[in-house]
Amino acid sequence: MGSRNTLSHLAKPIVSGAGLALLSGCNRHQSALAPFGEDAAAIEHLTIVMVVGAVVIAIALALLMRWAVKSPEGSLTLISGERLIVILGAILPAVLLLGLLVYSLPQMRPHPVEAADLKIDVTGEQFWWRVRYAPPGGEPVISANAIRIPVGRTVLFRLTASDVVHSFWIPGLAGKMDMIPGRVNELPVKATKPGVYRGQCTEFCGLSHAWMAFEVVAMEPAAFDRWLAAERRPAKPIDGRGRALFASYGCGGCHAIGGTDQSGTVGPDLTHIAARRSIGAGALPVTQDALVRFIRASSEVKPGSRMPAFPQMSEGDARDIARYLGELR
Amino acid sequence: MIRKLHSHIGSLQATLWTLIVAPTTWAVHFLFSYLWAAVYCAKTGQFAEEPLVYWVGTGLALLVIAISGYIAVIQSRVPGDPAPHEHSTESDRLRFIAYSTMLLAGLSFIGVIFTAAPVLILEDCR
Ligand code: HEC
Ligand SMILES: [Cu+2]
Repeated sequence: MGSRNTLSHLAKPIVSGAGLALLSGCNRHQSALAPFGEDAAAIEHLTIVMVVGAVVIAIALALLMRWAVKSPEGSLTLISGERLIVILGAILPAVLLLGLLVYSLPQMRPHPVEAADLKIDVTGEQFWWRVRYAPPGGEPVISANAIRIPVGRTVLFRLTASDVVHSFWIPGLAGKMDMIPGRVNELPVKATKPGVYRGQCTEFCGLSHAWMAFEVVAMEPAAFDRWLAAERRPAKPIDGRGRALFASYGCGGCHAIGGTDQSGTVGPDLTHIAARRSIGAGALPVTQDALVRFIRASSEVKPGSRMPAFPQMSEGDARDIARYLGELR
Repeated sequence: MIRKLHSHIGSLQATLWTLIVAPTTWAVHFLFSYLWAAVYCAKTGQFAEEPLVYWVGTGLALLVIAISGYIAVIQSRVPGDPAPHEHSTESDRLRFIAYSTMLLAGLSFIGVIFTAAPVLILEDCR
């Protein structure tokens, strides 16, 4: 009785969990099977070729086994039997593998990167992403927790980490690349389809590892250039209680807001926080309620968050700060 | 001339040491590949346009393996005791070791080619 109960108790989450896993597999937002970049497309192509090839070989092998077992003894002479073994057992696999090698190796060639290409430095930190756009011949632009890239242009990601090893993966764009403290790994990519996608940290990095994600927006080059120019300019912060509270609670010790004297660099840059599609590296939507919740106790949203809680902060103070941040577009 | 060579080779001793010539060459070539790429990339910062040293090394490895395999083929055909050649006699042992050497040489030859293919196709230090 008791065991049956536990079983049916277990069945539901297992079934819905499996369904969820399947559904998320079909998600065009974050899927290696819905590529929007050249490298991911190559990986998908290679995967399909390998899977189809493996199935064909498996079926051929099964048929061969069936034939070997069913056919009466003596259907092959000793010599032709040996020849069969040499051809199917040695020559064919060697040729197949060589073909596969020669076919797949060129796909491992990285995009050639030129000095005039856009470079984006991304640093993995527990549990968010520090982003710095370094356009050719221009001052760098600081941002966080979201990445925009132009379609049709080569972009070089320079990846590193500040604390522990993280891993940078935009499944629809390219393969994954580790972010290692003290080392810069380069990942050249080229997006092909505009749209909104998602990336995720893929190396366990602490309690909120699963909450370490980011939006990726692939844009037409002209729109991207306009966006980058806007991102470079500070938002127009409104004066008022929120702004004063932001300063008096010491938020500026960790956060910078362009155009004000708040210039901390410990946490994410908040200059255009309201123009982002999420707060807390993909954890919450950008709404007033979410901001209030995150500001007062970010570790309730993201366990182990490096941003301190402000238990003494009144709801009213939090709302004012949230309203202030909500204007930073 | 060729026949003389054949009979000379046939009289050579096939031992466990000659058996491992080809796989050892493959292993050394493998190590050589890594060392060559590491040293070249570290010293010059970019991949060689004409990796001459590498191709000479690879050609040498293939040559050693081919010779080992060629000797083994001849040795494995030395006429000896009547078939099946599976007795613990001197000539059956020779044939057995020679046959194994030949198979290993074939495998090593392919192995070296597979190891060298990335140098030919990738041409990148990253
Ligand atoms: C000790 C440094 C520190 C202080 C002080 C601090 N924060 Fe943070 N803050 C962080 C860190 C680190 C994060 C990233 C948390 C995460 O996502 O894992 C963060 C994240 C945020 C975010 C989300 C940013 C984004 O890009 O999604 C907001 C909004 C924020 N803080 C507001 C505030 C406000 C308002 C205050 C003052 C009341 C404050 N912070 C004080 C370190 C700090
Ligand atoms: Cu991480």
